[in-house]
Amino acid sequence: MSGEIRLSRRRFLKYAAGAAGALVIGIGSVDAAERPVPLALLGDTWKQVGPYLRVAADGRVFIGVRDPDNGEGTATSLARIIAEEMDADWSRVVVEPLGLGVTVDNDKAKFLYGHQRSGDATSIPAAWADLRQAGALARWLLLQAAARRLGVPADQLRGEAGMAIAADGRRISYADLASTAAEIEAPATPPPLKAAERYQLIGQPAGDVDAHAVVTGSLAYACDDNIGDPVIAVLARCPYPGGTLDQADRDAASRLPGVHAVIDLTPEQGQPAGLAAQAPAIVVLASDTWTALSARAALKATWKPGPNVEPSAGTLEQQALNLFGDEQATPITVRNDGDVLATRKKAARALEATYVQPWVAHATAETPNCIVRLDPDTSITVIAATQAPLQVYSVVQRMTGLKPDQIDIRVPRGGGGFGRRLEADYVAEAVAIALAKKPDTIRNRPIKVMWTREDDLAHDYYRPMAVHRLNASLDKKKNIIGWHQRMASPSALVNRNVPDNRLWQSELVPDALPAGLVPNFRSDWYPLSSQLQRGEWRGSPHVTPTFASESFIDELAHSLKANPLDFRLALLGDARQLAYNGRGGPIDTGRLANVLKLAADKLDWSRWLRSENGLGIACAYVFGAYVAHAIEVAPTQDGVDILRVVVAADVGRVINPKGLEAQLQGATMDALSTALSLAITVKDGKVQQTGLRDYALSPTQPMPNEVETIIVPSTAEPAGASVVGVPSAAPALANAVFRATAVRVRRLPLLRELARLR
Amino acid sequence: MAQQGPTSPVPVPTAQDAHQPAPKPVREGIDLIVNDKRYRHTGDKAMPLLWYLRDVLRLTGAKYGCDQGDCGFCTVIVDGKAVASCQTKMEKLSGKRVTTVEGLADKDGKLHPVQQAWIDEDAIMCGFCQPGQIMAAVDLLSRQKNPSDADIDKIGNLCRCGSYGRIRKAIKRAADTLKKDGKA
Ligand code: FES
Ligand code: FES
Repeated sequence: MSGEIRLSRRRFLKYAAGAAGALVIGIGSVDAAERPVPLALLGDTWKQVGPYLRVAADGRVFIGVRDPDNGEGTATSLARIIAEEMDADWSRVVVEPLGLGVTVDNDKAKFLYGHQRSGDATSIPAAWADLRQAGALARWLLLQAAARRLGVPADQLRGEAGMAIAADGRRISYADLASTAAEIEAPATPPPLKAAERYQLIGQPAGDVDAHAVVTGSLAYACDDNIGDPVIAVLARCPYPGGTLDQADRDAASRLPGVHAVIDLTPEQGQPAGLAAQAPAIVVLASDTWTALSARAALKATWKPGPNVEPSAGTLEQQALNLFGDEQATPITVRNDGDVLATRKKAARALEATYVQPWVAHATAETPNCIVRLDPDTSITVIAATQAPLQVYSVVQRMTGLKPDQIDIRVPRGGGGFGRRLEADYVAEAVAIALAKKPDTIRNRPIKVMWTREDDLAHDYYRPMAVHRLNASLDKKKNIIGWHQRMASPSALVNRNVPDNRLWQSELVPDALPAGLVPNFRSDWYPLSSQLQRGEWRGSPHVTPTFASESFIDELAHSLKANPLDFRLALLGDARQLAYNGRGGPIDTGRLANVLKLAADKLDWSRWLRSENGLGIACAYVFGAYVAHAIEVAPTQDGVDILRVVVAADVGRVINPKGLEAQLQGATMDALSTALSLAITVKDGKVQQTGLRDYALSPTQPMPNEVETIIVPSTAEPAGASVVGVPSAAPALANAVFRATAVRVRRLPLLRELARLR
Repeated sequence: MAQQGPTSPVPVPTAQDAHQPAPKPVREGIDLIVNDKRYRHTGDKAMPLLWYLRDVLRLTGAKYGCDQGDCGFCTVIVDGKAVASCQTKMEKLSGKRVTTVEGLADKDGKLHPVQQAWIDEDAIMCGFCQPGQIMAAVDLLSRQKNPSDADIDKIGNLCRCGSYGRIRKAIKRAADTLKKDGKA
């Protein structure tokens, strides 16, 4: 027996009896629902039902998590959302990462699981919208089954920790009810969701579901998988964008024992960025990584720049400044309220500042890697950490021409994402090598592409360098009456099938504050051109502009001799909603003011004026979440020491406070160490950084021992968490450094600039 | 999570109980003990231990993160001291005893106090650096019963996810447990 209920026109829940007395529930989506699949035929196969949930007769509850987990805590929080709604016993929950859910329908790919993407603060909101329904259906079916067995109406039963409990105290475990539940007829409408007052798991701290596997070393990341005894592939890639091979000693490489082949790889032309290999390369195929690395060294490959040599960031910066000064330049104006230019003319006072931020890299802990097992006629298995399984699928399908149901994409936990794994270039490399002509001895062996750290730093999709010029007009009463921000950057959307007039979307957010707070407001974006690959970096359209705007607000406060906290609160004004044309809006200024105050209080902001140390503050609105950082620094001989860092966040309803705390702390550390010391630089047409010595993700100094977090309790819709802690950290730091040293740092990385200016 | 170890259809080099006498050499090689099992490496002597563990023994707990000894993801213990296995050539390991994160729990699976502390403090984020962090902490605690913040900072292992605060707490928690157990 089995059943199905519609959630919406495009989504539905299905359930069925599984093997060994289990109840299996899944969410389906789109087109196939037009013609219901006879569920009796589906049996118990995870993939076919698109299951999220399986209640086994032995008491275990298997929950499939559809969104990849690259350290965002998705596996834990998504599973808890479902477990909560069904009143499962968390100690009996087994979480399984689902690969990409794709099957074939009318010769077309049909994706089974809905949202499958992570790291851009969308997983939790999407899960909140649909995954809860799967849990609610499970509970409803189980309670109906219990009602039959106990002879009481279902509405007099409740679920609790894996039990159906009657008013008189009689109880039956879900395990005992699973097979009966699968026989219950589907309700006409989706069962109601649980009232928040009854939550047992949501809002309670939970440790990571993979913790045991991680600490015993048994968790297999993609790079740890050795499916089918793969041949190891290491690539010597051209370091010059648009460059070509000069020479290489292929014989020397081939001669090494253990080397199977040395082949050339030419990236497919005409593919959007991130969907094909980045650079021409020589591929060494060997029995193990060490041999492959040795052979790559033996190649002694040298490369030539292409016709257009990539300029240094300094050159790009000069281009930006020229654009800002050029009356004839035609930026894209992304928001324009009132008339900033006329306001400037009549202003009592005007202030201007220019901020420069470098290229930065993702440097994920686990370098890119991918395993491909290809049988050209029948199937392909791809194992890769990714934040975007659908992206991986589209690359694999295009390159192999295989049918959707011949493509198996497995997504193990990844060692960090931060936006790097939204790209599928490393997958394209592995597929290209799998398809390439190779000696018979290895023809049918899987391929495992391994990137070294040097490869990773030289071939990232960098966060674009950016130059901001901000100009504010003040009236006699010290009110900000005009705000004009100009930003120039090489867009991360170039070469991604995005029309020119939309290229700013990866760079800035039109309605970001102080838009809506200043009557005359204008935001202009100027394109710069570069051949470096660019991509998303932890919510980057919120990150670089916020460094500029929140530093500048501080400069305004200083010039008006105002306390920067009071100045911000006055600017935010009364609690109200500001229109926000983007994910998460509108902006509630009251919630933002609240996190500002909380962070300031915790740092004891009343010391701001008299403290010898510098106290700095900044805030941001990020995809429906409100965040503020308050930081205390002390000047030292050669820089600053960060003494305390407080982050306060309101992300709506909190699924897992322990997980959220970790995300806030981690994002803060990343944002601070990036702002302090990190830059990717280009010289002689190529990236200079080759390792963690020159891209020093400083572990401790001058960092504080702990990032103090404040999490605002809320019943608002939950927002994502993984990028929230980034945008306000760097400006709060720069603002604190200004108080401590009287040096205003407008150029990152901060320590280098501070040393230059002091 | 029901995780499977890496699949390994090729025969892993034969392991023998370390308490048995070593077998007569059949082929020149480097004899070493990894997690209480004897192995003989007959390949390139310059191969770093990291790749021997990962590619030859298929012990993938130690991770790769750089080539310069900077990240510490590859940390294992050799003769009681933490080393960066990416910087340790096989030729240096003759007769040595290597412990990796896989060899830390006791025979019936009871976790080492450091591993348990990592779970209790929920110190993992992406988790990739953590086997190395754990091995470095085991090493520190074998030398320092009461590590100070400065001692912990000196480990210098990188956590790209920024879990340093919890790692610090986990180390202190493990120190307490070890003291109570009288193991330290
Ligand atoms: S892999 Fe980075 S220190 Fe060994
Ligand atoms: S947990 Fe991700 S690098 Fe440490």
